[in-house]
Amino acid sequence: MSRYFTDEHEWIDVEGEIATVGITDYAQEQLGDIVFVELPAEGATFEKGDDAAVVESVKAASDVYAPISGEVVESNGALEDEPALVNSDPEEDGWFFKLRITDASELEGLMNEKAYKAFVAGL
Amino acid sequence: MSISTDDVAEFEAEIPLGKLPLDAWHRAQGGRMVGFAGYEMPIQYEGIMAEHAWTREHAGLFDVSHMGQLSFTGEGADAALEALLPGDITGLKTFRQRYSLLLDEDGGILDDLMVSRRPDDIYMVVNGATKYDDIGWIIEHLPDEITMNHMDDQALLALQGPESGAALASLIPGTADLFFMQCGPFSWDGVDLWVSRSGYTGEDGFEISLPGDAAVRFADALCALDAVKPIGLGARDSLRLEAGLPLYGHDIDTQAGPIGADLGFAVPKKRREAGGFFGHARIVRELAEGAPSRRVGLAIEGRLPAREGAVILAGGKPAGKVTSGGFAPTVGAPIAMGWVDAGHAAIGTALEIEVRGKRLAATVAPMPFVPHRYHRQKI
Repeated sequence: MSRYFTDEHEWIDVEGEIATVGITDYAQEQLGDIVFVELPAEGATFEKGDDAAVVESVKAASDVYAPISGEVVESNGALEDEPALVNSDPEEDGWFFKLRITDASELEGLMNEKAYKAFVAGL
Repeated sequence: MSISTDDVAEFEAEIPLGKLPLDAWHRAQGGRMVGFAGYEMPIQYEGIMAEHAWTREHAGLFDVSHMGQLSFTGEGADAALEALLPGDITGLKTFRQRYSLLLDEDGGILDDLMVSRRPDDIYMVVNGATKYDDIGWIIEHLPDEITMNHMDDQALLALQGPESGAALASLIPGTADLFFMQCGPFSWDGVDLWVSRSGYTGEDGFEISLPGDAAVRFADALCALDAVKPIGLGARDSLRLEAGLPLYGHDIDTQAGPIGADLGFAVPKKRREAGGFFGHARIVRELAEGAPSRRVGLAIEGRLPAREGAVILAGGKPAGKVTSGGFAPTVGAPIAMGWVDAGHAAIGTALEIEVRGKRLAATVAPMPFVPHRYHRQKI
């Protein structure tokens, strides 16, 4: 399994043709207490960069973009009951949705963990 | 994703942001600074939910030094101010404070404010984002023999929460004798303070004016107490929303009149009858006929918050707009404030709010959403 990161603070775990997407620890830290996550419906299709989910903190609503193109095969139902999972475990149990990847070449421009850490350090 | 943590910013970054006396102190406490009302201010320290809960249970220290502190002197300053404010200023006793409104010629709200009578002046606290406009308006309309001094070397701190009375009294015993909306001069470690028992959270608490160069020392002394933690603007907003208190520039503005804004209590009977202030005609008319739209509280079903700007629907048709809203930590659900057409403003009216194509069920709810716990004098 490989983990990729975007400069919009999403992470993507790729296993075969399935990509699991969430937001990074840096992102949840910046957003603060998360009170609601609006997830895409199964079967929804996204182009890379489309609005795919919305995360609501106490203060504000923020869009989460599809980091690559694909079709939603599953959303994380646990976030409906416990949106704070995104704060407590953003890069594991607080995942948002899984996509069936339509164009694996889109992964090429994304960062690995080391590059993302350096990117965040520069912010 | 798009991370917007500075959505409370009132100004674009074209004007450099000012620094307040506690700027370095906030950073040292771990405050995350954002632009607000022309200054860099802390939006949060450990997190809005935790800070909100701390203030409801203990005592939170808020830096509100961005607000404008004005002093009026000269014979008849109180009567002169009554031409600008609909409140009873001449009848305001020394060491008493009142909530009032600055109204324009048409009765629109230019600002909401606190006004007190001190032994040697009338003291006013106005909103930070509007203070320079207020000053311009007041100078234009105040007679020359009244002097206005903008006390911009003073800091302003608010200590709020059920343990704030004991906390402040441990440093300044005399403050225990103040009741809600009373005020007076105090001294701490050689520093002159002006303290009122008031605030913007719905809890018991104090607002403390002191010289800016003493603010760090005083904030350190307060935060050395077990009951006190610094609280950012984020929790200040969620606390005031639960308390049903309007935020100027959002829930009230120059379109809003005091009657529609449900702030009629700031216009006492004596002044409604006698008039002699900007906006009197509109107040009389709206008292007689009702205001065409009204500020209401909204309880929202589910977990999805409705934010400022969301359209309110009645029977599927637009009937108003949300003016502030969010998740209410103490209530444990989303709440909002908004303006709706008068026919849909009664408590219990079922409405809908449109958020990203969804229609959320909402009900007009009494405010405050969380009961006020002021330290009132028993009469």
